[in-house]
Amino acid sequence: MEHYQTLEHDVVVIGAGGAGLRAAIEASAMGCSVALVCKSLLGKAHTVMAEGGMAAAMANVDDRDSWKVHFADTMRGGQYLNNWRMAQLHAQEAPARVRELEAWGAVFDRTRDGRILQRNFGGHRYPRLAHVGDRTGLEMIRTLQDHGIHQGIDVFMEMTVVSLLKDGDRVVGALGYDRERGRFRVWKAKAVVLATGGVGKAFRITSNSWEYTGDGHALAYEAGADLLDMEFVQFHPTGMVWPPSVRGILVTEGVRGEGGVLRNKDGRRFMFDDIPDNYRNQTAKDEEEGWRYVCGDKNANRPPELLTRDHVARCINREVKAGRGSPHGGVFLDIAWIKEKIPNSEEHIRKKLPSMYHQFITLANIDITKVPMEVGPTTHYIMGGVRVDGDTQMSTVPGLFAAGEVAAGLHGANRLGGNSLSDLVVFGKRAGEHAAKFAKEHGAGAVNPAQVEDAIRRALAPFDRGDAGENAFAVQSDLQGTMQDLVGIVRTENEMLRALEEIGRLKARAAKVGVSGHREYNPGWHTSIDLHNLLTVSEAITRAAIERKESRGAQFREDYPDKSAECAKFNLVLRKGADGRMQVVREPVRPLPAELQQIIEENK
Amino acid sequence: MAGQHNSTSSGGSSERAPRTFRVWRGDARGGQFHDYTTQVGEGMVVLDAIHQIQAESAPDLACRWNCKAGKCGSCSAEINGTPRLMCMTRMDQLPPDGPVTVEPMRAFPPVRDLVTDVSHNFRAKKSIKKFTPRKPDAPDGTWRMQQADVDRVQEFRKCIECFLCQDVCHVLRDHHKHDEFVGPRLLVYAAALEMHPLDTENRLADLKNRHGIGYCNITKCCTKVCPEHITITDNSIIPLKERVVDEFYDPLTKLFRIFKPGK
Ligand SMILES: Cc1cc2nc3c(=O)[nH]c(=O)nc-3n(C[C@H](O)[C@H](O)[C@H](O)COP(=O)(O)OP(=O)(O)OC[C@H]3O[C@@H](n4cnc5c(N)ncnc54)[C@H](O)[C@@H]3O)c2cc1C
Ligand code: SF4
Ligand code: SF4
Ligand code: FES
Repeated sequence: MEHYQTLEHDVVVIGAGGAGLRAAIEASAMGCSVALVCKSLLGKAHTVMAEGGMAAAMANVDDRDSWKVHFADTMRGGQYLNNWRMAQLHAQEAPARVRELEAWGAVFDRTRDGRILQRNFGGHRYPRLAHVGDRTGLEMIRTLQDHGIHQGIDVFMEMTVVSLLKDGDRVVGALGYDRERGRFRVWKAKAVVLATGGVGKAFRITSNSWEYTGDGHALAYEAGADLLDMEFVQFHPTGMVWPPSVRGILVTEGVRGEGGVLRNKDGRRFMFDDIPDNYRNQTAKDEEEGWRYVCGDKNANRPPELLTRDHVARCINREVKAGRGSPHGGVFLDIAWIKEKIPNSEEHIRKKLPSMYHQFITLANIDITKVPMEVGPTTHYIMGGVRVDGDTQMSTVPGLFAAGEVAAGLHGANRLGGNSLSDLVVFGKRAGEHAAKFAKEHGAGAVNPAQVEDAIRRALAPFDRGDAGENAFAVQSDLQGTMQDLVGIVRTENEMLRALEEIGRLKARAAKVGVSGHREYNPGWHTSIDLHNLLTVSEAITRAAIERKESRGAQFREDYPDKSAECAKFNLVLRKGADGRMQVVREPVRPLPAELQQIIEENK
Repeated sequence: MAGQHNSTSSGGSSERAPRTFRVWRGDARGGQFHDYTTQVGEGMVVLDAIHQIQAESAPDLACRWNCKAGKCGSCSAEINGTPRLMCMTRMDQLPPDGPVTVEPMRAFPPVRDLVTDVSHNFRAKKSIKKFTPRKPDAPDGTWRMQQADVDRVQEFRKCIECFLCQDVCHVLRDHHKHDEFVGPRLLVYAAALEMHPLDTENRLADLKNRHGIGYCNITKCCTKVCPEHITITDNSIIPLKERVVDEFYDPLTKLFRIFKPGK
């Protein structure tokens, strides 16, 4: 049998983005020995790509802001399917987490009086996003990384976890392999934190990297944990559309926050044509008011470009389908136009959006200070994920915690921009803290060698089939096409049923994938392992999306285009049944406590 | 069809033409160049071509990447002999004829194909004393800093840790002084800490002794390859060198320090 090394820690954190790093820092600050495992090098996780900023009601720019308004905005954005306890804790604790980053060396952009500057973003009532130009995620991950390396955390880079190990009900460790050599390793732990990020690679057009294959979602599901809200996948309205090789790469919402406007091929600002009722009071009446908002006029409402992402994405989709799109199948996003309003606009744009400037000049030969960009929707984020307790972040499996994008609850049916970076640190800290507590209270469990050996055998099976097996890349690409075309921005029952059938066929093919060559840095082998995770999350997304027969938040169903009062009453849980099949269960939405309900009423 | 792909069908036509890539394959024991031919279309970057080669003919070709947008610093390699990010190198910026050579960063030990062992950089970073802020300025535990005072530090903090500057620096690349010299990336890191308005730590003795700042003879090769356009030499290394000189060699400063300790 394959040899493997076993390491012991109090807490093992899987994933080294903002959530994983923050969890590891907290657990180690509480005196635990901590292993931090990640698929890439340290500092390369998705968090590094986040651009626009992190939301926290510090009220540095507009003193009317408070946690209550942030809470109400988050709930409205999530169409009230959010875990209200998480929305509350997030709004209350985000400012302290931002200040903590500053105390650890982060250098945010400043206000005139020398405090942390905050910018406008979709769905946030007041300027709320602490930011560093358009590279806020880099600032966050680097700050946490540089702080964390002095904490005595054992970091395991370029290693992939393939299975969670259990002792009875409880999770007691993880099995993984190093990508460099393909050697297996067991991290035995008293508590495990999942911080593995999202699932974007289930779709063809995405802002996400190869890492986003839903590993944490699938690991938790296989370990018996509940997944929640998986139907809610966020399609970001503005991804690059041209040239083909950059399709899907994100164009930050910060462009619109700084005054960028959306136009169709006729030059019309089509976002003014369709403003949802629940946002009408907060949206500018005309272009002039929208611009005043961008300039910081407190009496002005925000321009419709800053409506929630689900809505903007659908409006863009509609323009394109109606034949009013741009030459390469998107619409125009114009920031250059602000030259009509301010002197030195080109310099201003380069200063405020340096990486967007750089990205377009280099990849598309477009100077965004002079001409509009072409943009279209791209798969960006999953609101759904591992179901956790709002206070402790523990999943439904004892000893298994989850934080960041892999966890569900905070964002409900739709996430507001900027609410993820704050989510990572607020709940990363909580997950680390409670995992440490759990470790101290429960001691070590036992790892079952048979379970380890079985998981290793499954991981290595593709080598036995060699070249004769299915090509992993081909199966992955077919899955991405299926999800993109049949379970995308606009959904119907028929198409999703077809997707389910297709996923069934793809599963059969995935079971026959073969790889040749050695185990060292072998992308074909890695993809063969990712495939199982992608298939699990794709099935979960599709089953939940079929079950929710309404349009709400990020889910838009052509066959049920309206919200339904009935569907407002439940979240959807997915779990592995005793027969090994995926079950979809309706879970009643927990009623809000009166004081939180009142906050929502006051902020309507 | 209700799917999204209507809105995103790859409109426009893009001409594709075959192109040869001469890719270094091997590991710590040695290796050689292999030629692969793949179709290149409009707007493609070198990383796209490498991915295509993986999918078509070399599924075990190893390379690192994450963001595909120049933000994570994973995809560093030497393209036609120049250290660059593969994801930000457009095919139409390279000479139109002849094969495109792609090889790993040569200043680091090879692991496999385009992947190198960059652990030196992580170890070196750990040896630099961490950020230590002054007491908060306001009773609520916050600080006040003017934008003008943080501009310089923000420039350094743009670093995506691609290690291309490390790759091109002759002290590491040709003289293999990895144990004595942290390299330009880490000097930028030290500068970001030293020039941070809130920081109170003093790293000058370390820079001089442990981190080997004296090895840098200001060739500025590092600045030229930095994809983030950080003026590594002029803005970070030279000012650090001046501080080191002031601290250790300038008698007047020494005298002054007797009366006013600290930085
Ligand atoms: C381009 C872009 C821009 C964005 N901009 C913003 C923004 O401005 N504001 C905002 O709030 N949000 C933004 N987001 C969203 C936000 O960045 C992400 O949701 C967030 O960074 C996720 O952080 P995380 O810690 O949950 O996971 P990540 O940072 O993605 O980290 C996941 C980690 O898990 C590891 N991992 C995964 N699977 C395994 C496995 N099997 N074994 C071991 N390790 C594993 C990975 O290697 C990685 O280290 C943006 C996202 C993108 C893609
Ligand atoms: S300037 Fe100094 S650090 Fe930069 S490449 Fe030259 S010797 Fe190396
Ligand atoms: S300083 Fe520039 S070249 Fe060096 S690692 Fe940072 S981004 Fe790369
Ligand atoms: S893939 Fe991130 S910099 Fe190239």
